[in-house]
Amino acid sequence: MSDRRLDVRKTYKLLINGAFPRSESGRSYEVASAKGAFLGNVALGSRKDVRDAVVAARAAQTKWWGATAYNRGQVLYRLAEMAESRRDELAEHVTLAEGVSAKSAQVVVSRAIDRVVWYAGWTDKIAQVMGGTNPVAGPFFNFSVPVASGVVAVIVDQNSSLGGFVDAVLAPVCAGNTVVVLASERRPIPAVLLGEMTATSDFPPGVINIITGRTSELAPVLAAHEDVDGLDLTGAPEEANELALLAAGSIKRVLRPDGRDLDASLRRLRAFIETSTVWHTIGQ
Amino acid sequence: MTTVPLRIVRETDRGVRIPLAATVPTVESEAQLRALLASLSGVDAVGAEARAARLATRSIKKSTKLAAINLAISMVDLTTLEGADTPGRVSSLCTKAMRPDPRDASVPHAAAVCVYPDLVAHARAVLADSPVKVASVATAFPSGRASLHVKLLDVTEAVAAGADEIDMVIDRGAFLSGRIGQVFDEIVAVREVCGAAHLKVILETGELVTYDNVRRASWIAMLGGADFIKTSTGKAAVSATGSTALVMLEAVRDFAEQTGRVVGVKVAGGIRTTKDAIRYLVLVNETVGATWLSPDYFRFGASSLLNDLLMQRLKQHRGAYVRPDEFSGD
Repeated sequence: MSDRRLDVRKTYKLLINGAFPRSESGRSYEVASAKGAFLGNVALGSRKDVRDAVVAARAAQTKWWGATAYNRGQVLYRLAEMAESRRDELAEHVTLAEGVSAKSAQVVVSRAIDRVVWYAGWTDKIAQVMGGTNPVAGPFFNFSVPVASGVVAVIVDQNSSLGGFVDAVLAPVCAGNTVVVLASERRPIPAVLLGEMTATSDFPPGVINIITGRTSELAPVLAAHEDVDGLDLTGAPEEANELALLAAGSIKRVLRPDGRDLDASLRRLRAFIETSTVWHTIGQ
Repeated sequence: MTTVPLRIVRETDRGVRIPLAATVPTVESEAQLRALLASLSGVDAVGAEARAARLATRSIKKSTKLAAINLAISMVDLTTLEGADTPGRVSSLCTKAMRPDPRDASVPHAAAVCVYPDLVAHARAVLADSPVKVASVATAFPSGRASLHVKLLDVTEAVAAGADEIDMVIDRGAFLSGRIGQVFDEIVAVREVCGAAHLKVILETGELVTYDNVRRASWIAMLGGADFIKTSTGKAAVSATGSTALVMLEAVRDFAEQTGRVVGVKVAGGIRTTKDAIRYLVLVNETVGATWLSPDYFRFGASSLLNDLLMQRLKQHRGAYVRPDEFSGD
């Protein structure tokens, strides 16, 4: 029986500051496939993991925003390259998580990777499309320049294991924000895999942080955290009011799902951008 | 065996027995000092590190944590020791030391403000008669490489300008080359010109190489008249660590038990978070007991630590994590 070997079982971990720690609490939970089969043990993130992730995201934000838009696009494109070479693994896990056919899963993965490329293209176009020169009655230039909000907390769609994750996470990142992501509670594995790919895509540590665990436990911590500037509530439609109320305590920008398809428009890209207006004399 | 009267006998004092009758021995020669140091036992390095690491895992929660944070705030020597220090920066530091969180009067004041000697007069003027002390580094801080004459002048000027506490550095070069008599004599000379000012002796443990050296240097400083022994200048590659603090706390305990004199400990350099600070408080409580849990006998030399303490304090009250830039930078 020389060809028999032990299984190499995988524990799905968090992504905080470019490292893959187990939860600070030491807890984990079992994730099952759409058909109920055991898929793996996933870290059950805690309040303190959220705290650490926000510290990492805050520290990374200056560097990420300070990089040129062109460079941010290159990094995002690199993520598409990484995902493309591991697409079969992603598709397999989309099938398991969502219970769709292998063929549909390939379509989901293709769309997700295409969206990554789409966001890669957007990094250096946001300023043209969303900024501008304003007419003023005087010898001045007046520019409106889009600026990243800062640290954005994203509660991703609970059902779409990969597609929802890509849009909700990369839109704010593309605009220069850093993110702390609460992955889908029941279907976190494709998100964790994509997180592993970000680690080989030249993202500075801390730009994308992924926490797996109980949404009901962690979402309020993120919503109330005063050092978070934006909150995407896509994955918590029922608790949206309560969470938005917590977010109001520190005047966060909040993106609330309203039934319309966010990804067909630029609403996600616009959601976590501030406008900075600059005056400059003409001819000086 | 005869029983000696004890000054401190409380359950919380970890069995530290401080006799009333004992006195600090007078050191009359280098040979006597050598003999005294030779009588000290060696430090079990592995054991010290393991014990410090074990105590660092203690979990302090809820109201105990809040009490620890408040205590730590009251023990901070708010420090600025940069070439770029200005009177303005020192003013804002003094204001912050007197009222760390302007919105909340229940926050205790810091223990002291620690500056270079030329800024002592300015700090004194701003602090006026507030309970916050003015501490000054002196004796050619941080290297200590100057003649005794220059060092004493440095101290004299700082004291004349109004310093309540002097943080002196020992001559590590002399210590490491075995001239312990010179180290001792310098401390005694500085102690004399300090007058009423308290003397903290900086051992710069990061340059002393071994724990045995840390224990010996602690004894030399205490025999020389130090009111506090302090780990580091904050300017060396290695600053305060849990295990060196443990060795120093044990030295302080042994000294108190043998001589009846209670010396304080100041940890400095690289202490930035509330978690670090609470670890030191646990170490103090478990090694020497509650008597030392007071700004009179334990201090943190730090600058950014205070903001983290304030932030964690606010977090305990609000129940949500707080924005770091809610507090002033300097």
